[in-house]
Amino acid sequence: MKLLRMVLFSLLCLQALPAGAGTEMFDFSGNVDEQRYMALISQLRCLVCQNQSLADSDADLAHDLRVEVYEHMQKGENNRQVVDFLVSRYGDFVLYNPPVKPSTYLLWYGPFVLLAFGLILLVKNIRRRGRQSQERFSPEEQARIDALLADEKRQERGQ
Amino acid sequence: MPRFVRYLLPLALFLSLAALLYRGLSIDPRLVPSPLVGKSAPVFSLAQLEDPAATVSSSDFTGQVSLLNVWATWCVSCRAEHRVLMQLAQSSDVPIYGLNYKDERPAAMRWLAQFGDPYRANAFDADGRVGIDWGVYGTPETFVIDKRGVIRHKYTGPLTQDIVQRELLPMLKQLQAEQG
Repeated sequence: MKLLRMVLFSLLCLQALPAGAGTEMFDFSGNVDEQRYMALISQLRCLVCQNQSLADSDADLAHDLRVEVYEHMQKGENNRQVVDFLVSRYGDFVLYNPPVKPSTYLLWYGPFVLLAFGLILLVKNIRRRGRQSQERFSPEEQARIDALLADEKRQERGQ
Repeated sequence: MPRFVRYLLPLALFLSLAALLYRGLSIDPRLVPSPLVGKSAPVFSLAQLEDPAATVSSSDFTGQVSLLNVWATWCVSCRAEHRVLMQLAQSSDVPIYGLNYKDERPAAMRWLAQFGDPYRANAFDADGRVGIDWGVYGTPETFVIDKRGVIRHKYTGPLTQDIVQRELLPMLKQLQAEQG
């Protein structure tokens, strides 16, 4: 029963895979490397279905932009040139990997600032605890400790 | 460190983060800022929708403040916007150019005959190439172009009477007052 359910569930999962995306028939026998093309379109974001890449999206615009990417590659452009073409029209939004610039400093460096902040707090805390444990006892406390220890030893011996 | 700082600092950090995230809730992620604002209108020359022998080109935009409205008959919200454009064309002397985007000529002509024609001229962008150059991703879109042919603003989504009265008309007036 369990096995059957597992099999059915995995079949369902298979069905849920995005179907039909990237259905254009391109000719990769020429100067366009299929792997480079696939890598490129999966790094670019579709503006219509915003959480899908150009590779995944079924939107009409995604289709047009895939054709655009293919044709630019056919002209011998490198990845940078193709990406620049899209960014100059649609903005940094098409990039899943936002470029490092003043408006994204917080995004890129913020986590490291938080990390540094946390490390500073941690180090301070550890040091303070270390200092606490090294602290000497006052003469009265020391005398009391000695007395208690001596007492205990005496009792042990007495047994 | 005084005691109250130790307690207030985390609170202040939490509140500023909460304020930042709260602001994020009111931002529409579908509105992607256009990198074209502040740049010259992308160059194009297309056949006119109404008359295939005539052309509409980006040079039509220079010398006057103008609007470029991207629309299509398959675009549902364009229909809602159409009424607003009709009124805008009547109340303002700013020419509205149309970019008929990935549409079919007979359907588009029927649309104009049926609902009225607010456009000075329509460029017929059947394959959407010019649309890509303009960074079109969701019709309707409306570009505000100044006298020098520079894109000054972009509206994504249908214009409403409210936007026209509150934002667009004052903006057009201001641009018309600029030196060409």
